[in-house]
Amino acid sequence: MITWMRRNLFRSVTDSLLTVVSATILGIVLVQVFQFVFINGRWEIIQVNLKILLVGRFPDELMYLVGFSILAICFSIASLAGGLERAPNSIQNLPAKLWGLFQRFGLIAATAALLIVLAADFDAVAFGGYVLMSIVAGTLFGRLRRTTALKKLPGWIWVLLNASLPMVLIFITIGQAALEEWGGFLINFYLAVVSITLSFPLGVLLALSRRSSLPLLRWLSTTYIELIRGAPLFVLLLLAGVALEFFIPSSIAPDAIFRAITVFTLFTAAYLAEVIRGGLQSIPKGQAEAGKALGLSTVKITFLITLPQALRNVIPAQIGQFISLFKDTTLAGVALSVFELLNVGSAITKQDDYLGQGLIYETLAFVALLFWVGSYVMSRESQRIEKKLGVGLR
Amino acid sequence: MSPQLSTPPKVPFFRDTRTLKWVFQIAALLAVFALLYWLYGNYQENVAKSSIQTDLRFLDNPAYFTIPGSDLDQSQPVRDAFVVGFLNTLRVAIIGVALATVLGTLVGIARLSKNFMVRTLGTVYVELVRNLPLLLLLTFMNLAVVLQTFPRIENAWLPLDLFVISNRGIAIPWFIGSSTQLVIGILSAALLAFVVARIRIKRADITGKQDRAWLYGILTFLALVVLIWLLFGYGWELPYVDGRGTTGGLRLDPSFFALLASLVIYTSSHIAEIVRGSILAVPRGQGEAADAIALSSSQKMRLVILPQAFRIAMPALGNQYLNLIKNSSLGATISYFELTQIAQITVGNGSPAVPAFSLTLLVYLAISLVTSLVVNYFNRKLALVER
Repeated sequence: MITWMRRNLFRSVTDSLLTVVSATILGIVLVQVFQFVFINGRWEIIQVNLKILLVGRFPDELMYLVGFSILAICFSIASLAGGLERAPNSIQNLPAKLWGLFQRFGLIAATAALLIVLAADFDAVAFGGYVLMSIVAGTLFGRLRRTTALKKLPGWIWVLLNASLPMVLIFITIGQAALEEWGGFLINFYLAVVSITLSFPLGVLLALSRRSSLPLLRWLSTTYIELIRGAPLFVLLLLAGVALEFFIPSSIAPDAIFRAITVFTLFTAAYLAEVIRGGLQSIPKGQAEAGKALGLSTVKITFLITLPQALRNVIPAQIGQFISLFKDTTLAGVALSVFELLNVGSAITKQDDYLGQGLIYETLAFVALLFWVGSYVMSRESQRIEKKLGVGLR
Repeated sequence: MSPQLSTPPKVPFFRDTRTLKWVFQIAALLAVFALLYWLYGNYQENVAKSSIQTDLRFLDNPAYFTIPGSDLDQSQPVRDAFVVGFLNTLRVAIIGVALATVLGTLVGIARLSKNFMVRTLGTVYVELVRNLPLLLLLTFMNLAVVLQTFPRIENAWLPLDLFVISNRGIAIPWFIGSSTQLVIGILSAALLAFVVARIRIKRADITGKQDRAWLYGILTFLALVVLIWLLFGYGWELPYVDGRGTTGGLRLDPSFFALLASLVIYTSSHIAEIVRGSILAVPRGQGEAADAIALSSSQKMRLVILPQAFRIAMPALGNQYLNLIKNSSLGATISYFELTQIAQITVGNGSPAVPAFSLTLLVYLAISLVTSLVVNYFNRKLALVER
């Protein structure tokens, strides 16, 4: 202990001084945060507005659909994760396994627990229980993939099978409750997921054209990518807010969500294209040449050999792009008046009950917590994948 | 008998890959043009319906609004407002880039420190800030820090009696005198200091003694500044509270402060990660060699590691600078009168939306292009020249 302190805290006089200064700063911050969270903070505003922060003005009688969708998503993710082949040398003893799970998902579990405490009703506790049950059921279902005849199923059918249930539920939800009524954290998540999904094929197409030997295609995609990358997302959103209706037939009346998804998709596609291009550049030339030697056509070489490897190599960067899109969904609030989490957070301080009480610290802290936990957990997972893939180490 | 070579069968033109490639490309180009033409046709039709201008004539209309911190008159054309907005964007971008680089480098080095406390502080800072939306930081700075926590002007904070901090902005000590003379004076002092430093380096090459170029350069600079100050009678001016405002010094708008602070905090957390990665990417042997010739740890950092790390970091840093410049458009959400805010206001006052925002986008594109040109220039200068 003493040697550790000597080595890590007090190597020399300047070092000791630095230790004292930074320990003081850390100490003050910690004390302030502790006081704010447990003593001074007035968290009633969050408790009262919890529903509106999480889902906006979503109709009460349809909330069960959101619940079912969340359960289905948890089930599918657990099932996909449970179905993965275990590395032969993976940790087997139970305490170490639990510790690993805690490190990965402890933060999410703690946040969920906090939300349940804030909601303070029996339904929330029960829902927490259902979520746990669906995760366990999903893991067990996923295990069937490793142990039974499901092993023979092609990978894409297995993934489709797992994705179908949440997809169907989400489509039903959209059909029942109009998107304008969605809000809060739900709409941030929805915008990010839909936009990244739509932008993915466009991004692949742009990356392939930018790398292709055909000059006209290369020129077109380079122009698009550089134009988009030179423009601020916020200005594009503002432009979509006032000008999108000029560019489409007047029979279509775009709502704010439609505008936001359009801009996020077109914007993210350009950045995603650059990420994928990086992946394509990392594939050794020999791969494509081997394909040619086998007599494969260019299309087959691209879609069976180079592209799959390229996409796999840049999974961490793609997750990074998703995280930044997730954070950027807040811009839809100020630019297009979408009722997303940050917008809700500053709006609820202007309610009659809370106006002029200076509760902005409390609401922004809650908003920050949700965004922070989401981004942090995703970036940790992406680091894990990066290590697993061993990009740059092979 | 001479051997007969079989001539390859002639490929019909519709199966020749050379023709097919061009057919495919022209088809793609036509598809894109068709899409653009469709969009343009819709635009023409919709604009004709509501009789909106489609050109830049609106720039000559009177602006009908004033900008805090500028003597723009309401009757001056929109064009002048755009110029003021452009300058405000540049102001926050340039200061922001400089501050974010310094802070980011410090935090990046701190994250690699052998000192546990310093390392923890750096990690907490980076992980906390990097995973929050910039708009959240900006809203926090504006609504929570500036508007709620900063005191009213009557009981302003006066740290060391040098600054005046209140919810009407921050006033800092500043020079008296014309700013052109000031800039010329400081630039010539910097130039002379640079020359002195170069001479020191040249001498060190000949004599082999330590050059201490930075020390000499900074001393020359300070000496010249003091000399100019004494000769021409410049002076500091401290700001003080004067009724409902402040007098003297330089007053920074609260919105400028909030925007600058959040841009610097956000970007520096990203720069810190880049700097950290680049320092780790410098081959280990370099640090070991520096240890072997007994450089002190600060010399090792300054003279061996950091110059090489910045060579690696340059492209990524350039991207962050571009991000900072584009992110400054968020100033419009807290009424900082930069380019986007000006565009938004003029559109609100009746200027046509599509030309106004297109102009804004073009200006951002131009700033981005110039920035990447500068970054690429330095990148080429720093890059290793290999065989």
